Amino acid sequence: MHDFASSLSLAVNLILSGDAELWSIVLLSLRVSLTAVAVAAVIGMPVGAALAVGRFAGRRALIVLMNALMGLPPVVVGLMVYLMLSNSGPLGVLQLLYTPTAMIIAQVVLVTPIVAALTRQVVEDIDAEYAEQLRSIGVSRLASVPTLLWDGRTSLLTAVLAGFGRATAEVGAVIIVGGNINHVTRVMTTTIALETSKGNLALALALGAILMLIAISVNAAVGLLGATSERAAHA
Amino acid sequence: MPDTTIAHSFDESHIAQAERSVASHTDSILPVSVTDLAFTADGKRLVYIDRLTLRAGGSTIIMGPNGAGKSLLLRLLHGLIGASEGTVLFNSQPMSARVRRRQAMVFQRPVVLRRSVRANIDYALSAHGYRGLNRRERLRDLLEMGELADMARQRARTLSGGEQQRLALVRAVAASPDLLFLDEPTSSLDPASTHRIEALIRRFAEEGTKIVMVTHDLGQARRLADEIVFMHHGKVTEQTPANVFFDRPSSPAARDFITGGLLV
Repeated sequence: MHDFASSLSLAVNLILSGDAELWSIVLLSLRVSLTAVAVAAVIGMPVGAALAVGRFAGRRALIVLMNALMGLPPVVVGLMVYLMLSNSGPLGVLQLLYTPTAMIIAQVVLVTPIVAALTRQVVEDIDAEYAEQLRSIGVSRLASVPTLLWDGRTSLLTAVLAGFGRATAEVGAVIIVGGNINHVTRVMTTTIALETSKGNLALALALGAILMLIAISVNAAVGLLGATSERAAHA
Repeated sequence: MPDTTIAHSFDESHIAQAERSVASHTDSILPVSVTDLAFTADGKRLVYIDRLTLRAGGSTIIMGPNGAGKSLLLRLLHGLIGASEGTVLFNSQPMSARVRRRQAMVFQRPVVLRRSVRANIDYALSAHGYRGLNRRERLRDLLEMGELADMARQRARTLSGGEQQRLALVRAVAASPDLLFLDEPTSSLDPASTHRIEALIRRFAEEGTKIVMVTHDLGQARRLADEIVFMHHGKVTEQTPANVFFDRPSSPAARDFITGGLLV
């Protein structure tokens, strides 16, 4: 109990003193996860929307696959990306292994199915309501996609948030493709795992607290953004 | 088989008015000509119309018991669903982007976008190619027409049912269509809201938009109809001027319907 209390006290000191190592880890984590979520949104939203409004052979199978991919095991993704990026892999020439870019790629693979599957559900629900009306106005199926995405924007923010949650909490994939190299690819989750195993609970606790704070702040910010965009849309 | 015979006894003045209207709009999509139109689902023929012509001008009210195929016919005419057989021609032209732009439809339950009242109308104007000052002026006119100017910035989904239906109506006529389909637009509204909707429908008809409307409300049909199309078991059994229909319905099914007899 004493150890825990002293570790907690040290953790608070680390946060408040602006410890350079701690904050570099936090900033790298945010850079990796936010970039991965942005890329996943750019890929996942159109794919989800296309699955929602498109009518083509194999659509059902693709939807089942997309839903299944939401539960991809991170270590398997890490392994697959590792094999792709390793020197003997097809993308080895790019020399991306053990770089933040490799971690971003792994997180994009993990997050894209989440954004796409949730987007499909949101867009499909709105489409069921709008389809006849938009067609009556003369809007084609393809042209209706931006309308459906825009009118589902609040729900889609939740999809992005779910993706961000997955990215920031993820440890298995980034440790495989990033290697947890100090000052290069060490992020919050991999540092927490490492420092806990070393018995350095202070840094692990400090990072854990910041991770929690980020999760709560992002939730609050998305909620606020959703309310603001709703108001702006009706102005 | 008297109940499957279409009574094509059009009112002469009505036709003359229609002809004038067509002459003044050479690119009009009217008349609408239906030939051997059928819709089949699960092996059952739900609608079969051997011949039906909807001429320009006035209001045609489609009546009939539940399951007669009225709403289905409206969707077939508007091209929302594809026919299993037959043709629908608009002034001798098949459905096309141009034909689509010249017609609109309002549904029983108004579909309003998750936007403000003005953004809902603006969306339709944008889709129809309105830009700049033209668009702003038309938007203002439509808001006033629907008595919605005071609630222009309000979220459309917070409007009452009657207000939402007025919004759906003015949005539908945003691009001044030749033809407006209305599928029981007042079925869930109170008398006051119904009165305002009917006033709008009358106004659209007076301004030259052909109204084709489904309703179960005999009173409403008497108030609005210039012509009645009566449907039973997926077929048009009567197409006749409204006064003739209510005074001397030619089919037994229509007589039963008017007198409140149970139609099966």
